[in-house]
Amino acid sequence: MSTTTRTFGGGYGDAARPRVGFFTDTSVCIGCKACEVACKEWNLVPPDGPLGFTGNSYDNTMALGADTWRHVAFVEQEVPGAGAGALQPAHPDLAAEAAAAAGLDGPPSAKDGMRWLMSSDVCKHCSSAACLEVCPTGALFRTEFGTVVVQGDVCNGCGYCVPACPFGVIDRREDDGRVFKCTLCYDRLSDGMEPACAHACPTDSIQFGDLDQLRAAADQRLATLHADGVSDARLYLRDEADGIGGAGAFFLLLDEPEVYGLPPDPVSTTRDLPRLWRAAGLAAGALVAGLAVAFAGGRR
Amino acid sequence: MSGAPEPPTPGRSGKGQRVADRPGVSMVPPAEFRSYYGRPILKAPIWTDEVPAYYFAGGLAGASASLALGARLTGNHRLASGALTASAAGILASLPLLADDLGRPERFYHMLRVFKPTSPMNLGSWLLTAAGPAAVGAALADRLGILPRLGRAAEVVAGVLGPGLATYTGVLVADTAVPVWHEAGDQLPVVFAAGAAASAGAAATLLTPAADAGPARRLAVGGALADLAAVEVMRRRLGDLGTPYERPPARRFANLARGFMTAGALAVGLGGRRRTGAAAGAALILAGAACQRFAVHKAGIISAADPAYVVGPQRARLAARDGSRHQPATGA
Repeated sequence: MSTTTRTFGGGYGDAARPRVGFFTDTSVCIGCKACEVACKEWNLVPPDGPLGFTGNSYDNTMALGADTWRHVAFVEQEVPGAGAGALQPAHPDLAAEAAAAAGLDGPPSAKDGMRWLMSSDVCKHCSSAACLEVCPTGALFRTEFGTVVVQGDVCNGCGYCVPACPFGVIDRREDDGRVFKCTLCYDRLSDGMEPACAHACPTDSIQFGDLDQLRAAADQRLATLHADGVSDARLYLRDEADGIGGAGAFFLLLDEPEVYGLPPDPVSTTRDLPRLWRAAGLAAGALVAGLAVAFAGGRR
Repeated sequence: MSGAPEPPTPGRSGKGQRVADRPGVSMVPPAEFRSYYGRPILKAPIWTDEVPAYYFAGGLAGASASLALGARLTGNHRLASGALTASAAGILASLPLLADDLGRPERFYHMLRVFKPTSPMNLGSWLLTAAGPAAVGAALADRLGILPRLGRAAEVVAGVLGPGLATYTGVLVADTAVPVWHEAGDQLPVVFAAGAAASAGAAATLLTPAADAGPARRLAVGGALADLAAVEVMRRRLGDLGTPYERPPARRFANLARGFMTAGALAVGLGGRRRTGAAAGAALILAGAACQRFAVHKAGIISAADPAYVVGPQRARLAARDGSRHQPATGA
């Protein structure tokens, strides 16, 4: 596996900085949502709609969007035969009553349990960022830190980046007309500070730093977890050979990515652009040929 | 989204078995498709109905400009006039449609602050900036009988850029993460080109005396048949990934498009030399081409909103890759 990190210093000359990013280690996320709050407060992100309850565990934020730049997912899973380490009802009699009320045969058996997966999602700041590549105005750009940021004074709200993102991160703020997403706290980076979410994270689930170092730390963490028998642990978006050229924000997950609402094998759509233009060229040629045939038949 | 989405099984090249029409029949066991509370992975396109309306108007404008150039080169000046009028009308309809859909319409000209080959929308804006004034100017020069040399030069510019205008929108929609668009990347430009040819032929049939409209009628009928065939090929290739076309509201537009196109091709083909046949057939073909663009647009929204269409193909891709190589060190 490649250990050299792709850098983007090209256009910046002496101002270019090492590429930075996030490593989100979900195995130590406690679902406190401090990252969501810190992000909103620091970046003055407006409320994302009326308060409501989704019924999806403790996740009432639901998804990343124009007004949600960090999103904590809560997954509740039944773990058959999880044994003593798993969550057990504190009051078995109440659990039995609740199970009866719910029409179940009985409470979860003593040897079954459940586990909670929590993960703080964020813009991936892809190496091959489809949002940036399809943006027709140049509003989306690559910063000197290798991150992907929207210039609010340039964006004209065309909305092309929205369906281009393979993660569903970026979205338009309807009362504003422009698109918004995580900036990896560009303003804080410029002053040598870490992003607000990483700063607020109490368990270091969100780690900020030079991408090289984060990748090394992640590899080490994965090895530790595997040695401890957590065979489900896997790194997501760490590999530069993937469809987005590796991400500036990558993750350690304890289940398949789609369980957390993440695409299992994301690809930057612009990778296929040469093939798409070739198809358009053929179609345009066919149109010209069709016209030639139409005129070959004479005037009447 | 209500109802259990049918998980698509890409790589299955056989004809889609209309799974969406067979409730309760799942082609993939539910256990194979996992999601986060069934929530979308992608953001559905936020483009409103102005955008598919533009695909139609822009396609009409582009193909009409090329039809006009062909007519001029073959000395059919009445047909050239009719096609130029259609092209200018398409351009003039396109501009408000495009500006209106922007979140910040007053910044429409930001599209031209860069030249960016990785963005089909940027290239399309440049194309429209060159071909649009040329088509409108050529139509004005022709109708008013002024500036003949400049008018002819404008006709050449618009006519040469026309096929690009008629096809780039296919690349634009395919260059997204939306599965039903992206995976049809080889066919969408063909679908859009065929629809544009059909609409240009139909519009010129309406606007030109029947005695001079032979090439327009042939383009209308040929374009309509090509459109029907291209859509069929696209949906077959998509297989189960194409089931958004069988779900409302895309299904209605897809069915209308097919019906209008077929009826219009018959009417123009059989009765196009008579005024009523030409008018009815041309109107049907124009309606069919517009409906097809709306079907593509609506299918894209359905496809993006349903995680089954995202997870299914990506899982299949991973499975194919894992089968051919060792499990990567990073897992997953």
